[in-house]
Amino acid sequence: MTNAVGVVVATLLASGVEFVEALTIVLAMGTTREWRSTWFGVGAALGVLAVVTALAGYALQSWLPEALLQLIVGTLLLIFGLQWLRKAILRASGLKALHDEDQTYREEVAAARAAGDERRLGLDWFAFVVSFKGVLLEGLEVVFIVITFGVNGGSVVLAVVGAALGAMIVVAAGFALHRPLARVPENTIKFAVGLMLSTFGTFWSVEGLGWFAPDDASLEWPGGDAALPVLLALWALLAWAAVRLLSAPREETA
Amino acid sequence: MRLVSGFAHFWWDFVVGDDWRIAAGVVVVLGLGAFLVSGTSASASLVAAVTAGGIMLVAIGSIVAAALRSR
Repeated sequence: MTNAVGVVVATLLASGVEFVEALTIVLAMGTTREWRSTWFGVGAALGVLAVVTALAGYALQSWLPEALLQLIVGTLLLIFGLQWLRKAILRASGLKALHDEDQTYREEVAAARAAGDERRLGLDWFAFVVSFKGVLLEGLEVVFIVITFGVNGGSVVLAVVGAALGAMIVVAAGFALHRPLARVPENTIKFAVGLMLSTFGTFWSVEGLGWFAPDDASLEWPGGDAALPVLLALWALLAWAAVRLLSAPREETA
Repeated sequence: MRLVSGFAHFWWDFVVGDDWRIAAGVVVVLGLGAFLVSGTSASASLVAAVTAGGIMLVAIGSIVAAALRSR
C-alpha cells in the first residue's frame, strides 16, 4: 500500500513539474510559429517516449532477477534523486537561482522569431524540432521515474497513471490560462520529488544488496515497508536542517 | 564519432548530473554494503542502517561542498 501510494504520488509530481517546463516551450512555439507543426513535434516525442517506456520496462522486468533489478534501479534512482534534492535545497536556501518560466518563455519566443522559415515535409521545421526536443528531453526524466518506480513498485500501470494525471493537470491549466505556469511552486514540487526518489532509492538499493548474499534473495528492511515512512522522515529532516543552516548566515547579515 | 560522444555525454549528464561525487559516493557506500552482505555475518538491520547512514553522509557532503563553492 505504501509502495502503491508512493508510486502514484512520485510519478504525478515528477511528471507535473517536468511538463510545466515542456509546456513553456510548446506554448512559445505554438503562439509564435505555428500550432500544427508544434503538435506534430509533441506527438512524435510522446510516441518515442511511449515506445521507450514499453521496451525498457519489459526488458528490465523480464531479464533481471528481482534483487539485481532492485539494486540497479535503486542506485540509479538514488543518484538521480540526490541531484534533485541537492538542487532544491540550494534553491530553497537562496544559493542557486530559482527556475523562472516567464524568462524561459521570453527566450524561447525570441529564438522562434529570429529563426528562419525552413519547411520540410510540409511542416515548420523549427517549431517541429524545438517542440519535439523539448517534450522528449523533459519527458525522458518522467519515463525514467515511471520505469524505475513502476517496475520496482510492482505496477508500471500505476506509475503511468500517475504520470498521465500530472501531465493532464499541467496541460489543462496551461491551455486554460494560455500562458506559462510561472506561479507553480516548482522548487517545492522538486523538493518533494527529490525526497521521494531519495527515499525509494535508499529502500530499494539496500534491498538489492541481497543479490550479493549466497541465496540471492532481497535484503529485508527491519519492519518491511514500514521502513519507508521512517526513511522519508529522515530525508525530510536532513533537507530541512540543510535549508535552515545554509539560509541562516544571510538572514543574520540582511 | 561525434554522435557516439554526444550520446555518451547526454546519458552522463542525464544520470550523473552536475556533481559526479554523488554518483561516486553512492557507489562506494553500496560497495561497502555489498561487502558487509557477502563477506561478513552482519545482520540485515545493520547493513540497512550502515548503508542508509552512509548514503545520507554522501548527500550532506555534496550539499556542503556546493554551498562552499557558491559563497
